[in-house]
Amino acid sequence: MSNKVFVYVDHFNGVGSVSSWETLGAARKVAEALGGGVTAVVFGQQVEGVAKAAFEHGADEVLLGDAPALKDYRPEPYAGLLAKLAKEGSAEVVLMPTSGRTRELAAMVAVDLETGVTPDVVSFEVKSGKVVATRPIYGGKLLTKEICPKALPHIITLRSRAFPMPEPTAGRSGTLTKVEGAPQGLTEVVEYKASEAGVSLTDAAVIVSGGRGTSNNPKLTPPADLKDEKQIEIWKAQQGFALIRGLASILKAAVGASRAAVDAGYVPYANQVGQTGKVVSPDLYIACGISGAIQHLAGMRTSKTIVAINKDAEAPIFKLARFGVVGDLYDVVPAFTQALKQRLGK
Amino acid sequence: MNIVVCVKQTPDTAATITVQDGKVSWGDAPLVLNPWDEFAVEQALRTKEAHGGKVTALSLGPEAAREALKQALAMGCDEAILVSDPALEGGDSLVVSKALAAAINKIGGIDLAFFGRQAVDSDTGVTGPQVARRLGWPALSLVAAVAALDPNGKSITVERMIDEGRQVVKSPLPAVISVVKEINEPRYPSFMGIRKASKAEIPVWSAAAVGLESVPSAVLAWPEIVAPPKVETKCELIQGETPEQIGSKLADRLLEEKVI
Repeated sequence: MSNKVFVYVDHFNGVGSVSSWETLGAARKVAEALGGGVTAVVFGQQVEGVAKAAFEHGADEVLLGDAPALKDYRPEPYAGLLAKLAKEGSAEVVLMPTSGRTRELAAMVAVDLETGVTPDVVSFEVKSGKVVATRPIYGGKLLTKEICPKALPHIITLRSRAFPMPEPTAGRSGTLTKVEGAPQGLTEVVEYKASEAGVSLTDAAVIVSGGRGTSNNPKLTPPADLKDEKQIEIWKAQQGFALIRGLASILKAAVGASRAAVDAGYVPYANQVGQTGKVVSPDLYIACGISGAIQHLAGMRTSKTIVAINKDAEAPIFKLARFGVVGDLYDVVPAFTQALKQRLGK
Repeated sequence: MNIVVCVKQTPDTAATITVQDGKVSWGDAPLVLNPWDEFAVEQALRTKEAHGGKVTALSLGPEAAREALKQALAMGCDEAILVSDPALEGGDSLVVSKALAAAINKIGGIDLAFFGRQAVDSDTGVTGPQVARRLGWPALSLVAAVAALDPNGKSITVERMIDEGRQVVKSPLPAVISVVKEINEPRYPSFMGIRKASKAEIPVWSAAAVGLESVPSAVLAWPEIVAPPKVETKCELIQGETPEQIGSKLADRLLEEKVI
């Protein structure tokens, strides 16, 4: 008997994403309610290692599409093959971790199967054999429950870090089935370029972010050859972000930024946290020189612990913060970094 | 180049959004062109400026969505079309993608269809890829840069933003592109553009007019919409005589609370 719950395992260069394992953990809960086990789907070239990891994180069966044509993620062959497998296996729920790739993939599989797609889910329950999924809308200002009563399977992507990481069982194994029949790709992958952002924001357990306050240090004297006011402002912000990176490196954290800091040209857009940037929920979020505009809060309000460092005691960020320092980030961040270095033995 | 750019009207991102008995309200906050779609309109206009052709702005929504199309026209789009039909209201992404794909087919001869990465109200980000799938065109999602465009050879090379960096992809035309903020800086509407837009005739196409004989019903349902639970956070202020004292105290408190 085939399993009702399918999980698409997202990976890059043969390394499964952490959120894929979180998704497998969540899939086990759905399978407990619906009956049967969990089927994981892995596509790529020479990705048996990903299949092995999928078993260790809770898959009972792995459908492995391993072929040169599947080497790179491309939406058309991946969607075509995944839709075919879900249909043949009579899947009732297809879960995926949310990533840039899977939002597209989920959307296209839903068209092939004329079914519903619910992206970026933060929690769910199973009621009367259906998944009732909760997802943020309006940038997290509201939550909607979503069900798919009139079609199967319900395609759902789960937000990174919203579900617990299952404990892997070394050596755990199951049924491995090789699958073929991916449709022709329409596009050609030319190359990859590395990220400018460093540690991935959405996967990070700790994030240190900077805002407009990074350029606000009257004590700094810019180099004499900088005359233009905008250049001076960006130079100052770079000194501020150097402190933020220093703190981030001690904590193995990702570096984030407010929209104001990105719009002002201090750091690339890849670093932006907020409604029009990345939505994150780390264990610890340290906001430095960020006032807490509603659009920034929408992207980080689900962080477990928020620390705010800001000169302005009235800044809205303090309303969300568990710990606050009313002070200049140029004074506080280096002192805090130094204190952590001593305590963490670095 | 025959270009279409799909846009949506949404509440402003600064709006306070509330819900009562399942009905969402944004008070008297203005409705605007979805902020992500401004980047799509800008990229459509830049493509036309570089290679010639025409840009048509296309929206699906109620009569009021005309205002979003006027904004697109004021930025420089040549024409605008509104797909509006009571039968399409309350549709899910399957319904929306079907209607938009049908409208793009009705316009005909399109080389590129641009979308913003997602709408700031529903936040799904699935419409662009779903329309691509329905049209049978390549889906190029989360595009951060166009590296090359050859209108005669009918091909385009783009940089897609992925979590690990960028994936450079070459694709034939026609294609569907969804763009991210990094791709450009949207222009402001010009005075002349605003005048032109205020006088523009915007045709309204019904579901039947785009060739949908019957409108499919939504397969998704939304049984409950709620405000997120209020997080009551008491902010513990860390104080001290010197930055060093504050830094040490903050580090100690985070270690005590096992945050790090």
